[in-house]
Amino acid sequence: MKKKRLASIFLSLALTAGVMAGCSGQQATNNSLGGSSGGGGDTIKIGADLELSGGVASFGQSIAEGLDLALEEINKEGVNGKKLELVKVDNKSDAAEATNGAIKLISQDKVAAIIGAATSTNTLAQVQVAQDNKIPLITPTGTNPTITNKDGKVNDFVFRTCFIDPFQGKVAAKFALNNLKVKNAAVLIDSSSDYSKGLAAAFKEVFEKEGGKIVAEEAYVAKDTDFRATLTRIKAANPEFIFLPGYYEEVGLIVKQARELGINVPIMGGDGWDSPKLVEIAGKDALNNTFITNHYSSNDPDQKIQNFVKAFKAKYNKSPDAFNALGYDTAYFLADAIKRAGSADPVKIKDALAQTKDLSLVSGMLTLDKNHDPVKSVTILEYKDGQQQFKTKVNP
Amino acid sequence: MELIQQLVNGISLGSIYALIALGYTMVYGIVRLINFAHGDVFMIGSFVGFYAVTALHVGFFPALLLAMAACAVLGVCIERIAYKPLRNATRIAVLITAIGVSLLIEYGTIYLRGAQPEAYPSTLLPDKKLEIFGVIINSQSLLILGTSIVLMILLQLIVYKTKIGKAMRAVSHDAEAARLMGINVDNTISATFAVGSALAGAAGVIFGIYYIKIEPLMGIIPGLKAFVAAVLGGIGIIPGAMVGGLVLGVIESLVSGLGYSLWRDGAAFIILILILIFRPAGLFGKNVREKV
Repeated sequence: MKKKRLASIFLSLALTAGVMAGCSGQQATNNSLGGSSGGGGDTIKIGADLELSGGVASFGQSIAEGLDLALEEINKEGVNGKKLELVKVDNKSDAAEATNGAIKLISQDKVAAIIGAATSTNTLAQVQVAQDNKIPLITPTGTNPTITNKDGKVNDFVFRTCFIDPFQGKVAAKFALNNLKVKNAAVLIDSSSDYSKGLAAAFKEVFEKEGGKIVAEEAYVAKDTDFRATLTRIKAANPEFIFLPGYYEEVGLIVKQARELGINVPIMGGDGWDSPKLVEIAGKDALNNTFITNHYSSNDPDQKIQNFVKAFKAKYNKSPDAFNALGYDTAYFLADAIKRAGSADPVKIKDALAQTKDLSLVSGMLTLDKNHDPVKSVTILEYKDGQQQFKTKVNP
Repeated sequence: MELIQQLVNGISLGSIYALIALGYTMVYGIVRLINFAHGDVFMIGSFVGFYAVTALHVGFFPALLLAMAACAVLGVCIERIAYKPLRNATRIAVLITAIGVSLLIEYGTIYLRGAQPEAYPSTLLPDKKLEIFGVIINSQSLLILGTSIVLMILLQLIVYKTKIGKAMRAVSHDAEAARLMGINVDNTISATFAVGSALAGAAGVIFGIYYIKIEPLMGIIPGLKAFVAAVLGGIGIIPGAMVGGLVLGVIESLVSGLGYSLWRDGAAFIILILILIFRPAGLFGKNVREKV
């Protein structure tokens, strides 16, 4: 008897909670619908669907900081006499939430375009929504090639501001051959990561096509800690250069152990290295003579970059990272397209975005190719005593 | 030359496995329990050492002792809270509890401090390269091997020369008979957990110094490998764990050295299966027929 009563109390509580949740949801919907009908006049609404909390929150928050700074600057003059208004939703670093966020931005906030998300997975979750509703979607940092082009078919409403994964591999191959003047190389990949495999495949293709020789190809899996056996094998092949596309946790250990085994040749990787933890794990000395390809460097002497760094420091009191820069650039990329489209019509904005050519941004000169992927310069950084030094910019 | 370098690599990797396997094998020898939380005690030891060094600014030996002490306490707590109430339960119930304790420690740590990795300060111990005929030996790997051997000898002394060691051997032989002879079985088992967990704590600190990067899930794979090492040497036999660890490390290095680095973990578990099929008592074990 007692049990039954408890159960019924629990049930009725649960029901009440459900009804209340429903009510509050309803209210929120009404509010935002009212908001959108009230606006429209002299503002253009832009949606941002970002990872503001959850596993990769630092990426989403960095992009949001860049967006806020850029919009502040853009709105001083306005675009076509109108101000841009940013509507942010938090996708909680979750693909399903990212889809919901995109639907909410389109149906309730009536945005003209969506910016987001930070990771490839969360961006891919929004692609179909953007395509179906004919709203442009721009990811600042989603590097996976399938975001814009799936099975040879271009997603015509989807764009990105960063370069795609294989592009970094190509640039690394050219840098090794032309700047470091090496003739043979070893490749060490993380076989559990598509990112690593994509970079390595592009590196090998270009390196061999332009006369280099791959003398060793080895693999590891994420979370390994002992790489000495594999490195000893690489050392026996006598490479002049090692390409190591991976993430900083393993890369740090690999670089440290390689130097311990007396492998002193240059080692190079991609933007997956870019973390302060890398320096802690590998140690300053071991990182000397290593290089990475990255989206941008705050040490680049270019005037445009230095202006951005100054403005960013004034607003946030810290030095901007690559995610900040790409968020900032994405806002300018979109504002430029809206200006050229001369209207806030999503289809016209899409056409203008697709025609973007030689747009000067903090992360380089941006021109879109037919797949909507930016063709732009890549920054190469060198580690010196634990600090990233701007080395050179490689144009495609 | 490459082969000798691979042997050196393997021995330093194997010393870590051996150090963790010592604790595994002791606990199994006394209570016939595969303590799956052992790898996580190792992880806790690593973090205690890390915080001791970075927050309390102590040197290597105080950090090592602190980690060993903290892990000994943790080991006794785990035994008292999770395993003791199940002393007369079925084997499978205890095994499942062990897995539960393991997950609790892993995700409890993530809850408390997050899942991000931490890097041991590299200045804790001198890191010199010794080059002998082109073979590079790291001074730290010598230290690991040395520590493993010293701890193993200490352990043998405890087990064979002290009163508590005698009690441990008696309990492992027949707990009921030991109880009738006036041995406090519960205290003996707690002491075993304390010693075994202290060894795991020491392994954790040494791992941190050698491999720099530590994180809350770092105990899983070394824990499993140490289990394989213990079975390989003959579970319950102390020198067996040492030899099993070293053999496993060398085999893994040779497999990677032949270019099959992705098969390295696979090789370890193939060894486990082969040993269980062909020599279940391990390399050092005798097949003792149980009397009914």
